[in-house]
Amino acid sequence: MAIRQLTIFVENKQGKLVEITRLLAENDINMRALSIADTKDFGILRLIVDDTDRALVELGENGVMVKITEVVAVEIPHRPGALSKTLTVLADAGINVEYLYAFLASKGQGAYVVLRVADNKAAEKALTKAGYLVLNDADCID
Amino acid sequence: MKRYYQKDIETMPVEQIRALQEEKLKKQVKHVYEHVPYYRDLMDKKGVKPEDIKTLDDISKLPFISKYDLRETYPYGMLAVPLKDCVRIQSTSGTTGKRVIAYYTQHDIDLWEDCCARAIVAAGGSDEDIVQVAYGYGLFTGGFGLNGGSHKVGSLTLPMSSGNTDRQIQFIQDLKATILCCTPSYAAYIGESMKERGIKPKDNTLRAGIFGAEPWTEEMRRDIEKSLGIKAYDIYGLTETSGPGVAFECEEQKGMHINEDHFYAEIIDPETGEVLPEGQEGELVFTSLDKEAFPLLRYRTRDLCVLTREKCSCGRTFIRMKKPRGRSDDMLIIRGVNVFPSQIESVLLQEGYAPNYRIEIDRVNNTDTLDVYVELSPDQFTDTVGAITDMERKLSAAIQAVLGIHPNIHLVAPKSIARSEGKAVRVVDRRKLLD
Repeated sequence: MAIRQLTIFVENKQGKLVEITRLLAENDINMRALSIADTKDFGILRLIVDDTDRALVELGENGVMVKITEVVAVEIPHRPGALSKTLTVLADAGINVEYLYAFLASKGQGAYVVLRVADNKAAEKALTKAGYLVLNDADCID
Repeated sequence: MKRYYQKDIETMPVEQIRALQEEKLKKQVKHVYEHVPYYRDLMDKKGVKPEDIKTLDDISKLPFISKYDLRETYPYGMLAVPLKDCVRIQSTSGTTGKRVIAYYTQHDIDLWEDCCARAIVAAGGSDEDIVQVAYGYGLFTGGFGLNGGSHKVGSLTLPMSSGNTDRQIQFIQDLKATILCCTPSYAAYIGESMKERGIKPKDNTLRAGIFGAEPWTEEMRRDIEKSLGIKAYDIYGLTETSGPGVAFECEEQKGMHINEDHFYAEIIDPETGEVLPEGQEGELVFTSLDKEAFPLLRYRTRDLCVLTREKCSCGRTFIRMKKPRGRSDDMLIIRGVNVFPSQIESVLLQEGYAPNYRIEIDRVNNTDTLDVYVELSPDQFTDTVGAITDMERKLSAAIQAVLGIHPNIHLVAPKSIARSEGKAVRVVDRRKLLD
């Protein structure tokens, strides 16, 4: 059920991020969500896009170091305390979150949270059991 | 298949080799004394006459020649024959100062090419082979040296020169080249490029490579052998002595046999100039025994290495030199510690990184800094910062364990470090720029 995230290595150099976003623009690929983790020398760009396979090919062919990471995405209500509840479910199940980011759902009132955990299956099970809707690739790009 | 190019010489009993060297040395010293005023002055200053050289050991009485002397005598001062007898020059790149020009008579070219032919046959080459020479052609000795050797062996020679990697790969594929000759860094790059094009090591016809002209580590050899699916042979030489082929590896891959009928090798203490016994590490010194036009006596190579007479199973009796640890002028002194770039390369390859790296040394607040940039490969890349910084820490610790000083590691994107088609430039010493 996990969704596919593009994980991209970006050197901390002027113009590197432009290069990547331009490639996506030229290929008419839409970004749904984005997060960057940065260090002194490099950043790791994480993207959810509407055409993951084509983005992978286009970026790869243009010398960008990119790979697919399977992450869990879940829909939560868009209101105070909602994320806290979700994370409590995971914490109670003994699941550690390495990173997360969120974006608004394009339809309905909810928000989507992307979670990177060690064991996707265990996280999905715990979330489903607590009544959450675990998303697939198609849900995220609608 | 022939195992040797010139069996009688390559397997000559050691006493006979030494007798041959002695006879040639006496003649050569006389030739140089008579025709090179600069060296005659050096000998006169030391109070040595050609008649004083009666045995091989007497060579220690002769003065050394260093790069300094070659600069002093540029361009014609070391020439020992009339210019009209010369048929060729070759030259160093001049990166460490004024370039050195070496002269050759036809005889000198012949013996140089014989040396290269021996290297090719030792790598299993014969007239059945297709030898792709991807060393630069021109003033650099690599291209013409191996080209000449390949002709002598009777192999079909592809005079590619360096660069144009697409074309190199196309020729390997279409003409079914079997032996590749180039610098090790270019061989690694060709291997990497073939992989990118989806050509598997077993799908090319190459089976051997003869690589030299720059220092490379044992780890790099294994890396190249794997990526090209070949056996990689080391070859040694320098423009001052003729070019590649002064020494070459056999199938044992345990040091390079020095072509002793043409070159007399000594190991000296770089500080005192004293000749060291076999097995001890020191600076390698060569005397050209046969060359006519540019016959250097006791030329100090600045390469640090060890010689061994141990018997080799290939049957060659020529003394072997271990892979030089590094040229003494490649050695960096960082925070008072001697560092050879090859030590860093060894660790990188042992830790599973590709041999694409850059070393930067700088001085910040009067303290030397060492920064190593190394490419992260796609299979090492992960989506968490923690995992990548852990890799940097691990690599840093591994290098520190070898050097005793702490390096700052920077993992960078694949292909972001410039590839070399000839001799790789891997060290940037910004301290020198400040001086």
